[in-house]
Amino acid sequence: MIVIDTANHISALAAKMARARVIAAYPITPQTTVVEKLAEYVESGELDAEFIRVESEHSAMTACIAAEAMGVRTFTATASHGLLLMHEMLHWAGLARLPIVMVNVNRAIGPGWNIWSDANDSMAQRDTGWLHFYCSSNQEVYDSIIMAYKIAESQEVMLPAMICYDGFILSHTSMPVEVPEQSKIDEFLPEFKPAWKIDVENPITHGNIVEPHYYARIRYDMQVAMERAKKIIEEVGEEWGKKFGRDYGLVQEYKCEDADYVILTMASMAAEAKVAVDELRNKGEKVGLVNLRTHRPMPFERLKYDKIIVIERAVSFGLGGIVYNELKGRVPELYGFIAGIGGMDVSYRDIERMYELAKEGKDGWYPIEVK
Amino acid sequence: MKTAISYPTEGAMGKTGTWRVFRPSIDIGKCIKCWRCWIFCPDAAISKGEYPVIDYEYCKGCGICANECPVNAIEMGREEK
Repeated sequence: MIVIDTANHISALAAKMARARVIAAYPITPQTTVVEKLAEYVESGELDAEFIRVESEHSAMTACIAAEAMGVRTFTATASHGLLLMHEMLHWAGLARLPIVMVNVNRAIGPGWNIWSDANDSMAQRDTGWLHFYCSSNQEVYDSIIMAYKIAESQEVMLPAMICYDGFILSHTSMPVEVPEQSKIDEFLPEFKPAWKIDVENPITHGNIVEPHYYARIRYDMQVAMERAKKIIEEVGEEWGKKFGRDYGLVQEYKCEDADYVILTMASMAAEAKVAVDELRNKGEKVGLVNLRTHRPMPFERLKYDKIIVIERAVSFGLGGIVYNELKGRVPELYGFIAGIGGMDVSYRDIERMYELAKEGKDGWYPIEVK
Repeated sequence: MKTAISYPTEGAMGKTGTWRVFRPSIDIGKCIKCWRCWIFCPDAAISKGEYPVIDYEYCKGCGICANECPVNAIEMGREEK
């Protein structure tokens, strides 16, 4: 069935079809309509779930943690300041190995007050032990949420997952999305089997004091699980492709086979970059695109190109581009552009321009430092 | 998968009764056997006998039982060395 709707409504639909049993969320622009739609589903009985209204995002994440610890599939959504308020509990969910799935609608952080797209909110959570996925279309949002449950809940992974997409550019834009039948989704996504759970018949204590020696092992185990997740992400993406005709993996490559330069970007800028690649190819430029849909775990293995131009909508102050710096030293010729901050429009023409600048050996903040 | 899970066992933290500064004592003459002390004891150091029985090996002397007792049958006295 083809549904034409916004990424926010598509997120709610995906959470419903993944059969989330507990939803705890606090509304924040531009995520609000995700929560509204889910509340509607629960109210009408279309979705058999407990909807927990909370007084903050910190509490929303805490409620999801508690429910997930009871062995129940959960869902939440947030953005910007809401995500930042969750920060403590994001670490908690990761260390407790609870495969919560959350949508984060990327939005700039204030002050100055800004509700437009900017990835610094989720980028600032990259060390919390969550799997991070970025989507470039509403279809990817739907597919990624369902797949995220399967990946996160894999016994080899057991880590929470964050699905990120640009505020307004996707969140409030209607696009056609192919939605499989519920029975097909149920076939793809089996019931959640927790790795541990709170159970009155079998009492346990979770999260009490742990000596350094054990604590270090728990952390190491998360790193190992992140590495294992790379394989699971590829496998689940391939299975999705076989069942529903759209292949996924750690990254999505476009015209990379013979490319001299590869543009690497994420989220909606990757959709725009596809247009830029086509335009540049028409002009005879041998350029390709890597859509970095997985940021954690970082798929270095899939980024073995000689010349990469990174375009990203986030910055680490005092360091520069985040993805750019993660790749530094691993790519023979690397260029980094910071673009689209605070929702600044990045069109395919801007991406073409950045490509030309990189060819001249220039990079930096676009269009502030270089244009 | 590794996370911080432990299985509760009696005395996992040692003889916590040695932490006690105030010692609860029950006046069974006043006790109405409502069992509020048994319900509220955070260390499960009160068990059900004919009357509530305090396990002084583990009772930390927090005084919640005395606070909850509706007939003031539990008195907190300074622990004698």
